[in-house]
Amino acid sequence: MVASPVIRWAVFVVVMGFALPGRASAQGGAAPSAAELRQAQSEVDRLRQELADMRQQYDARLAALEERLKALAAGAPPPPVPAPPPAVPPAAGSSKVFNPDIAVISNFLGVAGRNPHSDQPALGLSEVETSFQAVVDPYARADLFLAAGPEGLEVEEGFVTFNTLPGGLLLKAGKMRAQFGKVNTLHTHAIPWTDRPLVTQNLVGGEEGISESGVSLSRLINNSFLFLEATGEAYYGNSEVFASPRRSKLAYVARVRGYRDLTEATNLDVGGSFAYGPSAGTPDSPSLDPDATTRLFGFDATFRYRPLRRAIYRRLQARTELVWNRPRSSDLAGSTAFGFYGSGEYQFARRWFGGARYDRSARAFDTSLVDSGGSVYLTYWPSEFNQIRGQYRRTHYGDGVKANEFLFQILFSIGAHGAHVF
Amino acid sequence: MKSFISSSAALLLALSLASPAPAAPPKVITTTEDLAALAREVGGDRITVESMARGYQDPHFVEPKPSFIIKLHGADLLIVIGRELEIAWLPPLLTQSRNARIQPGGPGHLDASAGVRILELPTGQITRAMGDVHASGNPHYWLDPDNGRVIAKSIVGALARIAPADKAYFDQRYADFDRRLADAQKRWDAAMAPYKGTKVVTYHRSWPNFTERFGLDVIGYVEPKPGIPPSPSHTIDLIAEMKRQQVKVILVEPYFDLKTPESIVREVGGKVVVLAPSTGGVKDAPDYIKLFDYNINLLTTTFKQVLGR
Repeated sequence: MVASPVIRWAVFVVVMGFALPGRASAQGGAAPSAAELRQAQSEVDRLRQELADMRQQYDARLAALEERLKALAAGAPPPPVPAPPPAVPPAAGSSKVFNPDIAVISNFLGVAGRNPHSDQPALGLSEVETSFQAVVDPYARADLFLAAGPEGLEVEEGFVTFNTLPGGLLLKAGKMRAQFGKVNTLHTHAIPWTDRPLVTQNLVGGEEGISESGVSLSRLINNSFLFLEATGEAYYGNSEVFASPRRSKLAYVARVRGYRDLTEATNLDVGGSFAYGPSAGTPDSPSLDPDATTRLFGFDATFRYRPLRRAIYRRLQARTELVWNRPRSSDLAGSTAFGFYGSGEYQFARRWFGGARYDRSARAFDTSLVDSGGSVYLTYWPSEFNQIRGQYRRTHYGDGVKANEFLFQILFSIGAHGAHVF
Repeated sequence: MKSFISSSAALLLALSLASPAPAAPPKVITTTEDLAALAREVGGDRITVESMARGYQDPHFVEPKPSFIIKLHGADLLIVIGRELEIAWLPPLLTQSRNARIQPGGPGHLDASAGVRILELPTGQITRAMGDVHASGNPHYWLDPDNGRVIAKSIVGALARIAPADKAYFDQRYADFDRRLADAQKRWDAAMAPYKGTKVVTYHRSWPNFTERFGLDVIGYVEPKPGIPPSPSHTIDLIAEMKRQQVKVILVEPYFDLKTPESIVREVGGKVVVLAPSTGGVKDAPDYIKLFDYNINLLTTTFKQVLGR
């Protein structure tokens, strides 16, 4: 009775085939026309025919099987064993090697203490960043970073890099953190603190920074004295600093970076940045003037010390960034807002880093308000895939509010081994 | 417009024809000094060679300094150890080098691990709970002279591709190096023969190819797991194991802190030997053959002192 479920199913289909039009017509309340009846009749005939065909096929198969069984019982050679399904073709198996490197870095952040200017929750998984990185073809590579946080999932960065262009050029296109200064280019998990400096928050696009869609072209300026790189970028503004009101209004970023090894263990990294584009106004008072613009000037300097023989035990990094933010608009009286931070970090054991940062920054669009603050922090690295950090932060806001906070962070990374940023 | 295109095309063509074939010797850049030393052996004065990492530096943790970008930008050949040794620092440098020749797959990119004997290839599932394990085997393979020979041969192949006119020169230099290395190997094998089977402890898993080649038996590591710093409990266990098996010698790389190894040998009455894991790691190991001369000499001297034979 191999065929019985199939037959039952077919019968069910036939019955339903009768029942459904009947119900439909009953609901419609009209008697079926002669044409409709003829059509239904022919349909039933067709189904009957199909059913008969099916039964015939199954009978034939059953007979064949019985034949085979009889042959087996009589000691005839068994029918050939069907060939095993072809193994996964090598091409399909090895295609896994073309999968991008995937890594997930999570940032668990806690904060204690009172700060009326901060809505940061006491405990929260503030960001889970997934990266996909691979070579696209002989001419380009791609880097995608998806960040999931309390606000949802967003593309933090996603760009293609053409790294085989002639003339010492490097072209990137996609969504990127703009090459303005140092901290703006770094992902949250790559900065040495639990938070971003006040100057970044006030003048360079808040937590997100200047992160826009556009193109970036950079060139090495060959010389024997130092590493010199010039970068020019154009973006469709969509951040807290720049907002393009129409297609023709883009934001532009330019940067020159110089680097020189002072000794085998020490080096100096200096940069100047400039950004210009349609102003986004402030979250509280978006600019009413569509022609309002913002200009940013930045200067950054980093000194590093890392003795090669003890590279895994000792290092020092001192860094400062200075930013001037100059809005120009008919409805907002623009005066230049200035801010900076200075920071130092020292590794004193294989797994321990300690550091401090001083912050001072006026607010964009209201330079009479100057926020300042300081932080000290301690970082413990169980391994390079895991960091635990505690930071004490004291902030004195321009409106007179004072905040004392303790921040706590665990960064943990799984997946492909990412390269370190310098 | 047409005339503009054709004239600029003509100009480009003229420029490309006018610029003479590079008379300067090919520039070779390597990630480690061992590769630079081997390239120097076969390339002689027909190439210029420079290494990014120094021999006394931990090759896993090199800083990707922008000054390396300039060097990579002008390089004709890049030679890497591969096997994920440089994974934490080389990829971003390569991207920023703006040099198509030396990208992986390019004519000027040589992974020296092709064809060498690789040990500690993981079998089965690996996780980071095992520490910093290398999924494609132990990358410290240059510490077996037979592997050095294979690397030198690969470099000859790569050099012949970028400077075909000098192929005979490279071949002749290789033959000479091969002969000197074979002579040296006889010397090293003879010196180490009395200590075959000697049990030692090493700090990191940097020495499997070396200890296998010269018949040493590694019974443990100062690191509890690769890349994980020594822990008190592991150190206590290691001391007990060394006492039980009467192991007296710990081999340490020059970039590790000696505090833990020193405290262990105080307990077991042995000695710490700071070997050179790479050419240039010490002043007396300026080339590949002298690297082994230095290490073998240091080891045999120490064994004589500690084992009394």
